[in-house]
Amino acid sequence: MATIALEKLVKRYGPTTIVQGIDLTVAEGEFVVLVGPSGCGKSTTLRMIAGLEDVSDGLIRIDGRVVNQVEPKGRNIAMVFQNYAIYPHVTVAENIGFGLYTSTLPKAEKQARIQEVARSLGLEALLDRRPAQLSGGQRQRVAIGRAMVRNPSAFLFDEPLSNLDAQLRGQMRIEIKRLHQKLGATSVFVTHDQVEAMTMADRIVVMREGRILQIGAPMELYERPIDVFTARFIGSPTMNLLPGALASRDGADGVALEDGGAFVRPPIALTGGGGGTNVLLGVRPHDLVLTGSPDAGAFTLSGTVAVVETLGTETLVHVDIGRRSVIGLAPGRAVPVPGQRVTLAADPAALHLFDAATERAFPRPLLQQP
Amino acid sequence: MTALSKARPGQVVAWTLLFLGGVVMVTPILFMFSTSLKDSSQVFDLRLVPAEPTLDNYRTILEDGRFLRWFLNSLFIAVLATVSNVFFDGLVGYTLAKFRFPGRRLVFLAILSTLMIPTEMLVIPWYLMASRFGWLDSYWGIVFPGLMTAFGTFLMRQFFETVPDDFLEAARIDGLNEFTIWWKVAMPLVTPALSALAIFTFLGNWTAFIWPLIVSTRAEMFTLPVGLSSFSVEQSVAWEMIMTGAAIATLPTLLVFLVLQRFIVRGVMLAGLKG
Repeated sequence: MATIALEKLVKRYGPTTIVQGIDLTVAEGEFVVLVGPSGCGKSTTLRMIAGLEDVSDGLIRIDGRVVNQVEPKGRNIAMVFQNYAIYPHVTVAENIGFGLYTSTLPKAEKQARIQEVARSLGLEALLDRRPAQLSGGQRQRVAIGRAMVRNPSAFLFDEPLSNLDAQLRGQMRIEIKRLHQKLGATSVFVTHDQVEAMTMADRIVVMREGRILQIGAPMELYERPIDVFTARFIGSPTMNLLPGALASRDGADGVALEDGGAFVRPPIALTGGGGGTNVLLGVRPHDLVLTGSPDAGAFTLSGTVAVVETLGTETLVHVDIGRRSVIGLAPGRAVPVPGQRVTLAADPAALHLFDAATERAFPRPLLQQP
Repeated sequence: MTALSKARPGQVVAWTLLFLGGVVMVTPILFMFSTSLKDSSQVFDLRLVPAEPTLDNYRTILEDGRFLRWFLNSLFIAVLATVSNVFFDGLVGYTLAKFRFPGRRLVFLAILSTLMIPTEMLVIPWYLMASRFGWLDSYWGIVFPGLMTAFGTFLMRQFFETVPDDFLEAARIDGLNEFTIWWKVAMPLVTPALSALAIFTFLGNWTAFIWPLIVSTRAEMFTLPVGLSSFSVEQSVAWEMIMTGAAIATLPTLLVFLVLQRFIVRGVMLAGLKG
């Protein structure tokens, strides 16, 4: 397995810079997910690693070797494409066999490899079929099989699950994860779906407008987003953001919220400036729980229930507070009704604070200090 | 009757026009077969079913070694042109559709612009060229102008545009070289277009007349249409022989049509839609 290192990687198309000098190291056997909205440069980055796009500036190293000028076939990587890229005119076995096209292995050994890969992906019974006779999930498995058969030093996945329906996507996520755990292959996975990123990644790389905003383990990004974009992008439902301003009341520093006029006293001293600074107070829906009797010192918001989303395992409640709507969680099987007045409470330690102007987070560890 | 009574007036008009069109198209073919079964004395008897049908014309024409030679000449030239067009038009069309290089658009426009030049304008330069290279009265001389066509290149380019790049990139990552990617991956993906191109090219070359007539002077190099026209000489026109030859000449095209009817209809639609 290989390490992949990107050093000041730049991609320009004419006057437009798509990837703006990113640095990233993917360790041997690591599963890294590049995530971001459409046009953020994640797929272009992956394609540069694959050798399908020229590098405008910077270096790509695979196992320490600079591969900027190396053809895709010389990089010993495999790639799984969004639309599977399996050939409709040949059988499943031949599709998988394409991965061994340049291999010098004897024919019998190639066949054995194809059989072995098919077995590991549950495709044995389908080897003689054409792709048109396969389901979406089976086609995706064939695409993965073609990547696997070569024993590449790294796997690249370009939004491979985006054409599948929600249920199948969930299954394939698990299959790819299981496969990764089994093979231990270095993998770079591109997606715009934060759920895929959270569930599959060892580390997530959040990208926006050709730059890396934050790199970290899924929970690290979830708990300590570096800015508003990451905070909103990671986690579902998206983080509630309430505008306010740093202020002092009764000798204590805190945040005065615009709507509802609540005053939050984060358990840290916010002295030393910033009085009047506009901020965004972030709280994840899962930390904001509907309660009849909030704990003393808890951050609370009161409002009217607008919409209730019953998901079975949990119930999400959309509550109108002033001009804004926040999402909270109704515990247990309690389902409030629209129009009902409710109170939502959160542990202040779960709150996030962002500068409204720069959208950067106030360092969260400070917030957690008593 | 039921279908007709349910039809809208517009449909009735359309069907009537199509029927009349069909009659106009089919009648000459029927007369061709009819005349081929008549002897010279009955040629101007316009009855569709001959009074005394005879196969003598077929016997005469097939016993004449020249006809077989012309038939084989035509077959050889049509097959050679078809193979060449499928290969080279496919290759150029693919290059223009899938590679980015300076002047790509210009090359494509230059190729397209040759579509505007009628064959009649080209035969003199072709003749001069064939003459200087010593290609007169040779297979090469007959076939060289049609080895590649602008229409075929255009058709194939339009089709290769629809092939997702992922297919080609996956093959690149698998280590296939560019030629193999084209041959093993891209070409099979445009089979309908290739079939249409092959059919059009074959039929076009099978029935080609002006250029083969100009470039070949020796009877053994004639193609079938040129050979058949030689039955018409100054003193007399052997219509029954011309029609018999034409009837035999039609058989391969009929066969091609019957076997590949599905592709032809699709090909015409594709060419119409894409072109």
